[in-house]
Amino acid sequence: MPVVSTERRGAREVAPLPRSRRWTSSVMVLLSFAALLILWHIGATFWPSRSFPAPLLVLQKFTSETASGDLPYHLAITLWRVAASFLLAMIIGSVIGVFLGTHRRADQFFNPWLILFLNIPALVIIVLAYIWFGLNEAAAIGAVALNKIPNVVVTMREGTRALDGRYAEMARVYQFGALDRLRHILLPQLQPYIAATSRSGVSLIWKIVLVVELMGRSNGIGFQINLFFQLFDVAAILAYTLAFVAVMLFIELVLVQPLEHTSTRWRRRPA
Amino acid sequence: MYWYSPLNTHQRVGVAARLKVDIQEKSFRSSNGEVIDVLRDLHFEVEQNEFACILGPSGCGKTTTLRILLGLEGSYGGSVQLPGLAEPRVGAVFQEPILLPWCSVEQNVRLALPKRARGANLDALFRILGLAAMRTFYPGELSLGLARRVAIARALAIEPDILLLDEPFVSLDEATADQLRHLLLSVWSERPTTALMVTHNVQEAIMLSDRIIVFSDRPAHVVGTFDIRVPRHSRNAQVRADLLRSFHAKFSDRGVGP
Repeated sequence: MPVVSTERRGAREVAPLPRSRRWTSSVMVLLSFAALLILWHIGATFWPSRSFPAPLLVLQKFTSETASGDLPYHLAITLWRVAASFLLAMIIGSVIGVFLGTHRRADQFFNPWLILFLNIPALVIIVLAYIWFGLNEAAAIGAVALNKIPNVVVTMREGTRALDGRYAEMARVYQFGALDRLRHILLPQLQPYIAATSRSGVSLIWKIVLVVELMGRSNGIGFQINLFFQLFDVAAILAYTLAFVAVMLFIELVLVQPLEHTSTRWRRRPA
Repeated sequence: MYWYSPLNTHQRVGVAARLKVDIQEKSFRSSNGEVIDVLRDLHFEVEQNEFACILGPSGCGKTTTLRILLGLEGSYGGSVQLPGLAEPRVGAVFQEPILLPWCSVEQNVRLALPKRARGANLDALFRILGLAAMRTFYPGELSLGLARRVAIARALAIEPDILLLDEPFVSLDEATADQLRHLLLSVWSERPTTALMVTHNVQEAIMLSDRIIVFSDRPAHVVGTFDIRVPRHSRNAQVRADLLRSFHAKFSDRGVGP
């Protein structure tokens, strides 16, 4: 009997059906979220307090804020700021990173600047941007982008150093155009680095966007959270936060992961 | 007295029929500052639609010569004239296939085509090379032999003025290499073009080429050439053995072994 049981277990571990595994993993995610909610609910029931609202209260706040149109409005504003500063940081950072990765002299010269910018606290950049450029949208988005650019530069510089020169030589021999070189030689080789810096970029940027909104804007999730902090409305703070996290999760699952899957399709197939 | 130019001087005046190589010198600077002479007084020509092989000891500068012809090496003294128009089309098969792993077999071949010819019909080419069923495959799914075939397809798809091959059959088992040599010959015979192949395999050179150009040790210069006038289809085992014997008789003291 023991022999049979080990055999069966072994077989199941060696060859699990991929589909069933995916199914169980999504069930796991749901179960884990449900457990968290139940724990939260139990906690809030045992220790009732204004500063620790139950999940149902947060849900009520969420629906009322959504119905009034406040939450969608502020959410959209914040999302736009995240998207704008993300794109700005990725494009500027990638261009500088590829440049530094291919020009050794320039890299040596600008490296101290890079270290300097990497170590300036986000708060300082935000304050200076508001002082120098005024309390406006451009200063807000620019400050957020500036916080992310040094990280993008460092990652893309590493990626550029790791480029395979043989592909560039092949492209030269076969007289590839500039656009083809970008699309088929440079970007595919940088893809893992772009993916890595985008992942860390989105999470960093949306946190900094809230600070920027709190300090110098009159709309957006950050502004609202500051408002509810003055009112001591924890349910609203949680409602806004969870709504935003849900949107980011949705973007990750529906946009980022499928995109990554298609762009690395060639990697997955067995040789 | 040489005419010496420190610059890269691809002389591309009008339509040239043959490949002309006149390299006075090419040297590399090693990491510890030493200057290594790779090529010295290297002169040879390849006639139009002739298939020539460069044969020589390993590390003698064969690949460097090919890289100069490909326009991938900077400063050298001398001049190089490729056949074809002012901007000759060069089909290259490198030592490794160098296919883009994120593009399918067909995309890899089409990307090498000039913009206007991207939609060209490649069915015949893929069929001759036995790649018809693999057009949608990614290079990572191919064996080395198949990847080499794709590299050959890419080089020939552009209808090159000159075909440059750098040991395209190394690190393959003999059966696969031989199959590939026959494929190369059949696809080259469909549309003959000036071809120059680097190899260190005398038998391979005897089977494929019209002329064998023998390089010396470093710094490389041409020791001599060996013309093969027997048509390729009548080079049976007996003829090839005879050719090999006379090749060795001519170059016996040069250290160029089989």
